[in-house]
Amino acid sequence: MTSSTQAFASSALSRRRLLAAGAGLGLALQMWGPRALAAPGRRKFVLVILRGAADGLSITPPVGDRAYAPLRRELAITEAALPLDGDFGMHPELKTVHRLIGVGQGRFAPAVAMPAAGRSHFEAQDHLECAAGDDVSSGWLNRAMASLGRGAPVEGLSVGPVAPLVLRGPVATSSWSPGRAVETAARLPMLVQDLYADDPMLGPALARGLKTEVLAQANLARLAADSADTPEAPNAPRVSRGLLGDSREAATRLGDAVAGFMREESGADVVAISLDGFDTHANQAGALSRRLAYLDSLLGGLQSGLGQGWGETVVLVVTEFGRTARVNGTLGTDHGTASTALLLGGGLKPGGVIGDWPTLQESRLFENRDLASTTDLRSLFKGVLAAHMDVDRRALDTTIFPDSAKAPPILGLV
Amino acid sequence: MALPDRELQAAIAATRFGLGARPGEIAAARGDPQAFLLAQTRRMDASGPVRALPRERAEALQTFRQAQAAFLEANQRQDRKALDLRPELNTARSVLRDQIAADVLERAARGATTEAGFAERWALFWANHFSVGAGNFVRTATIGPYEAAAIRPHVFGRFADLLVAAETHPAMLIYLDQNGSVGPDSPLAQRMARGKATQRQVGLNENLAREILELHTVGVDGGYTQADVTEFARALTGLTFRGFNAPTEQVGETYFRQIAHQPGPRSVMGVTYEVEGEAQALAILNDLAARPQTARFISRKIARHFVADDPPPALVARLEAAWRKTDGALDQVAAALVTSCEAWAPEPAKFKTPYEFMVSSWRAVGAAPRKPADLAMLTAMGHRPFYAPSPEGWPEEAAAWATPDGVIKRLVWTQDYAPRAIGAADPSKIAVEALGARLRPATAAAVARAESRAEGFALLLMSPEFQRR
Repeated sequence: MTSSTQAFASSALSRRRLLAAGAGLGLALQMWGPRALAAPGRRKFVLVILRGAADGLSITPPVGDRAYAPLRRELAITEAALPLDGDFGMHPELKTVHRLIGVGQGRFAPAVAMPAAGRSHFEAQDHLECAAGDDVSSGWLNRAMASLGRGAPVEGLSVGPVAPLVLRGPVATSSWSPGRAVETAARLPMLVQDLYADDPMLGPALARGLKTEVLAQANLARLAADSADTPEAPNAPRVSRGLLGDSREAATRLGDAVAGFMREESGADVVAISLDGFDTHANQAGALSRRLAYLDSLLGGLQSGLGQGWGETVVLVVTEFGRTARVNGTLGTDHGTASTALLLGGGLKPGGVIGDWPTLQESRLFENRDLASTTDLRSLFKGVLAAHMDVDRRALDTTIFPDSAKAPPILGLV
Repeated sequence: MALPDRELQAAIAATRFGLGARPGEIAAARGDPQAFLLAQTRRMDASGPVRALPRERAEALQTFRQAQAAFLEANQRQDRKALDLRPELNTARSVLRDQIAADVLERAARGATTEAGFAERWALFWANHFSVGAGNFVRTATIGPYEAAAIRPHVFGRFADLLVAAETHPAMLIYLDQNGSVGPDSPLAQRMARGKATQRQVGLNENLAREILELHTVGVDGGYTQADVTEFARALTGLTFRGFNAPTEQVGETYFRQIAHQPGPRSVMGVTYEVEGEAQALAILNDLAARPQTARFISRKIARHFVADDPPPALVARLEAAWRKTDGALDQVAAALVTSCEAWAPEPAKFKTPYEFMVSSWRAVGAAPRKPADLAMLTAMGHRPFYAPSPEGWPEEAAAWATPDGVIKRLVWTQDYAPRAIGAADPSKIAVEALGARLRPATAAAVARAESRAEGFALLLMSPEFQRR
């Protein structure tokens, strides 16, 4: 057995001995421990990828652009929009985001895209996450972590059973999704670790998975301690129920659970979360509202779960490309070009809309169909990585985002 | 490149090409492993044409739609009758839900029990190539029939036939929004523009056209432009199916709705299509099937699925050559795969997906899933059957699945499954049956040393070589 295996096993054992009573609950979510435990001073970055091409013209509807309502017809969000300034509103479901923007903890970029995004979801998502040539198979967020190598290692975590490309690469990262707990101290995990001793893929994956389980179970233990006197504790919902589903409640809990991992001392500094279901070709209004409500609650759960740590956290919400300026024949929209990115965090510098607005005048539409891009998404990524995570400028221009010198970091974000 | 010895070939035949060895399967393949696989490429599921939607499904869908409409209508009027209508709607919904669950279970059980593991893997590859993901009830209820009627009967036939069957099945027409796509200059659009009753604008939806080009035929580098997508979408207008108000025996039948079709010739990828109506879309589909880009794109995808995430170029070239020589005769492409020495490399380069892992775990002991709950863990593993995340289908590469969370979830499932499945069997014997010459000494030793049958079987399932193929 490796020494690291023993370390996982013994820490799991001691926690389990402390609070055997909690074990029957599974990983229940209200349980992430007291806010005071947030590790101070460690800067955190959360990237949320909206898959399927989220409609920026609905996320931050350009209510002041006279061309908007005629192009979008039934889909235009005008009176219903939450007020921002005269030019833009906010989708009515994005209440948390709207509140954060109101208190200077949120900004948005209404016309961003990757260069040469194309209109294929899958190529564009790869491009968004890899941001380098075809011969590169790692993601930019992993390469950014690699560039920070020296000193305290940065921990990466993806949420969900399938690893997103953006976090794949030379730096080993963790992944987690709600579900039943594994007995980390049982024989089987240790025996399997022995079988994986020489396996370069499965060995590290299992070791990291077990470590995350120990963190999760430590939180479970804390909750059991906190709620020992609370009669309803034994009936607390299991994670697999409370965290799954599309409801606002489930999203809030998931955000809170992710915050729990980030608060841990050796927890995640860099988190990637993917949300799908944004490819709204038909009957867009209802489907998009549900997904944006989910996003909003996830962000709310994350913010409240981080407590004071929110001051050290930056959240960036992006999508692979936008959607057509015009409504299509099935009350939806087709693949477009620019969309909206959201930037949130407790330590943002003041400032308004990020980047220029190209307007929706017919002559300004890209290929006479899409909102044009005025801002290279890489400039936004670079601005956040440089100011918030202290990533080296030269690494940003060369290894992390190759050949991107023409897309300088946006300054003054954090 | 030389083939490995026959013992190893037999193990590879059952585990890499097939869905994992059932007891006795490796022994059956040992005589001639390639012939063992080639014999499966002639198996067909259906002897005659299969209905797009079986009668029982069409009835359930009709009942559900009627109950839903009646309820919504009463509810809208705030009529108390709505309360009385709700139980009927709930019943209709649960009938459909049970049918969908039975579809999923039937497929998983087929994977677990079939003697033609290679044929089943080949069919699953094509179902994923022409992926249709679940959504609302109606859509999800079409996926099982889609695989049965549009995919399985054609997977060893001509690619062009498979393509047309897949793109014209109601499941695909619903999934990629083809149903509501109307030619802007079609008689239907003109009629609606004249009518004042509706403010709704009808028009094109280019989703199906784009995904056919990008995902199903020539691939994203296939040399098409946005203009080609739009032209193709115009050609596809009118392609629809008989809806749920039609007589039950017609529900789900594909038909061409001439009045929704955009009139005029179309130009797609440099070819002008003067033919009108339904023939226009079919001509374009047939031309796309015959394009060399299609042969190249899909040959590489087959090699990626069966052999390695980064497949040997020589293997891709062989598949492509077979495809082009036979105009996409898929049994011949399958034969080229099976007879290519590059496909038999001793090292297992593919990491099993969660579905493949569970199916092979059932096969190892000759078991099968019996109830929907037996598949529940697939949802937590991110691989719920019928719920592919996008039209691109499920991820293929190990990097997507071999995550810390993914490995933990396999361990959790194995801890639960192994004690229930092993019974009185000897895990060391099961290990030899399941992996044959692929069983490594370290795993054999760990299985033999285990403190219980269940632990030994669990170690086999979690072993590096069982997790791969």
